[in-house]
Amino acid sequence: MTGVGPLARLAFRRDRIGLAVCVYVIVIMVAVNGYEFRKLYPTAAGRQSLAATSESNPALRFLYGTLDGSSLGSLTVWRIGVWAALFAALAAVFLVIRHTRADEEAGRLELVSSAAVGGSAALVASLAVAAATMLAVVALLCLVLPLVGLPAGGSALLALSIGASGLAFAGIAAATAQLTTGARAARGIALAVLGAAFVLRGSGDAGGPSGGTAWLTWTSPLGWVSLARPFGASRWWVLCLPAAVCVLGVAAAFVLAARRDLGVGLIPDRPGRPSASAALRGPDGLAWRLQRGTLLGWLAGYAAMFAICGAAAQGIGQLVGTSSALRGEFTRLGGQSSIVDAYLAALMLLAGVVAGAYAVSGVLRLRSEETGGLAEPVLATAVGRVRWALSHILVAVAGSALLLAVAGAATGLGYGLRAGSTGTEVSRMLGAGLSQLPAVLVVAGLAVLAFGLVPRWSVPGMWTVVGLLTVLQLFGPVLRFSHWLMDVSPFAHVPRLPGGTVQARPLTWLCAIAVVFSLGGLDALRHRDIG
Amino acid sequence: MIAVMTNAIEVSGLRKSFGATKALDGLDLTVQAGEVHAFLGPNGAGKTTTIRVLLGLVHADGGQVRLLGGDPWRDATALHQRLAYVPGDVTLWPGLTGGEIIDLMAKLRGGGDASRRKELTERFELDPAKKARAYSKGNRQKVALIAALSSDADLLILDEPTSGLDPLMEAVFRECVAEERRNGRSVLLSSHILAEAEALADRVTIIRAGRTVETGSLAELRHLTHYQVTASLADGTSVQREVDPADLNDVLRSLTAIGVRSLTCRPPTLEEIFLKQYSPTVPA
Repeated sequence: MTGVGPLARLAFRRDRIGLAVCVYVIVIMVAVNGYEFRKLYPTAAGRQSLAATSESNPALRFLYGTLDGSSLGSLTVWRIGVWAALFAALAAVFLVIRHTRADEEAGRLELVSSAAVGGSAALVASLAVAAATMLAVVALLCLVLPLVGLPAGGSALLALSIGASGLAFAGIAAATAQLTTGARAARGIALAVLGAAFVLRGSGDAGGPSGGTAWLTWTSPLGWVSLARPFGASRWWVLCLPAAVCVLGVAAAFVLAARRDLGVGLIPDRPGRPSASAALRGPDGLAWRLQRGTLLGWLAGYAAMFAICGAAAQGIGQLVGTSSALRGEFTRLGGQSSIVDAYLAALMLLAGVVAGAYAVSGVLRLRSEETGGLAEPVLATAVGRVRWALSHILVAVAGSALLLAVAGAATGLGYGLRAGSTGTEVSRMLGAGLSQLPAVLVVAGLAVLAFGLVPRWSVPGMWTVVGLLTVLQLFGPVLRFSHWLMDVSPFAHVPRLPGGTVQARPLTWLCAIAVVFSLGGLDALRHRDIG
Repeated sequence: MIAVMTNAIEVSGLRKSFGATKALDGLDLTVQAGEVHAFLGPNGAGKTTTIRVLLGLVHADGGQVRLLGGDPWRDATALHQRLAYVPGDVTLWPGLTGGEIIDLMAKLRGGGDASRRKELTERFELDPAKKARAYSKGNRQKVALIAALSSDADLLILDEPTSGLDPLMEAVFRECVAEERRNGRSVLLSSHILAEAEALADRVTIIRAGRTVETGSLAELRHLTHYQVTASLADGTSVQREVDPADLNDVLRSLTAIGVRSLTCRPPTLEEIFLKQYSPTVPA
């Protein structure tokens, strides 16, 4: 156990900003929802009718869970409990893998292990940091939620449930970190467990509390938040379940760690192809090979998420109808008079902004290849700089177009199946999704420009831009930002579909701006030093 | 492009700064066609920066650079079809296998000899089906070496290619470079392993702090440096001195005047030449 203290401090030092952001986001997410429900549904009657309509919609139950009465606290747990637990679990998985398997793969752990550091010090240190992070989340939630107007006892149980699901997944990640040689695969297995937990809980809840599948919710760590019933029966003993998962995971990690050497996993790397396939023959083949795993993951996530959100549209009219304030917010966000169209248009806007984030990550792969020393061997061959850059830009642009198409088609399918008009809805929503593409192209073009012109600042700069665009698009209309400010965002100039009108001029302008940005970035790349 | 070419690389007065740091400060380097040229210098002397200028990855601030008769910055892609490069710090895509990377590099360069690839993979005892993340440093180095050596390039640029290789593989590497020279290829071999340079190189350039301090064949370099003369004399004393080759006659004459019991006179080892040139106390 020697060396745990210094390693934990090192982890805090490396992650101080990221950890603070995680804690802040989770706490604010829960608190804002509690606050909003009080503002939007001030009366018990309003809350009861919201509870009644949401209970009757299986898609909403899949997304959020079942309601436990109609108190302010119960609504908060319903709307955000699962998602806060999901965020806490995500943070724990990334944190634990980063400080165990990722460090081991990069060889940093070898350096550390040669110093006076015990064999499992990194594992213990990463778990300690995860536990401290979850403790911070719990403490802050216990402080903030009563201020929003929720009962203190229920707030404490909700906070502990969220923190405990983070801990459960810290334990799971500790165990998966022992399994594989690569950090990506270890993280992937832990995230697959998290995904399965979400689906199990969703399937259990979708059938309703008295449905035949209700027992599935009990099998999922994400289901335990609502099953603890923080603002109802207060089953404190449910907290033992995530604690047990955490203990089992950590115990498994120690047993597995004792049976393997540093640097290798229990599951050996499968041998790959001894020679390149016909597809891997040029810069485009390489870029596709490097980015395809990420893109397929995004596509699967988009398809599932937007199909469910589309299916939820059917009942949205009744749901929103219970709060005139909420109806106002939706129509401002979506800019439509028909509430269902406004909801669908808001969904497509979300699909656009998030696809913009994907496009940025795709383009910035160029920068990580450059700093990782992987651009140099390619550029030392007959492949020119522009050709190399275009290969990754192509994957980023085609990938985001595909994401938008999938978002539109999946929304249309989800909504169409329930509304009984699949054919028309799929084609209508496909167009609505793709209409976001010009705005996404502008964001991608800006990333190319940043990569060419200010490579050192391109990564932090572009993620700041993505963050600002998200705030502007999702909160701007609600907070009534000025028109001048809203017009800065390229997403302000794409049509609000379905329901809105399409004008060719702004779309042409957006495409022209994207091309100018990209050409400027590529030209700057031709004239600067690499590396 | 160029019908007859005598020099594979011609660099004169090369300058490059990164911010306030002067990486190259008037560096000269000439690699004749068909020779193995060792490029030597202590860590941080500017070897890798010079190579990055030669590859057109970094733009020089001043000086002339010709590579295979062209301008490495302007004609980069055309020239790169005729050269192969092994970086000093080999990083590979962790999810690709060694075999995939070797094939890919050949295709990106626009050619490649499958039978040569197979032969080299066997000689270097590389398992091409392993994912790159599972390779040791030495095995990563082998992937880059096989990719470069299996090409039909006119010029090989190798940046400290044997770091991480075990002695057996180092011997294989030396055989391969000797074969390349017999096939008429030019090789720029950056290194700080003296024995490697001594075994392989026709000519040597030594740089320090971004400047060329010596260049020439090993015999020429030896000639430039002092001989080590040790003698025990008839009067019972002994003498040990470094002697300039030009003064050797005079020194011997004065020693025999006293009477010599034993005498050794040996040329400097490469090690001594390098240590002398590397040492920061000697003015460049």
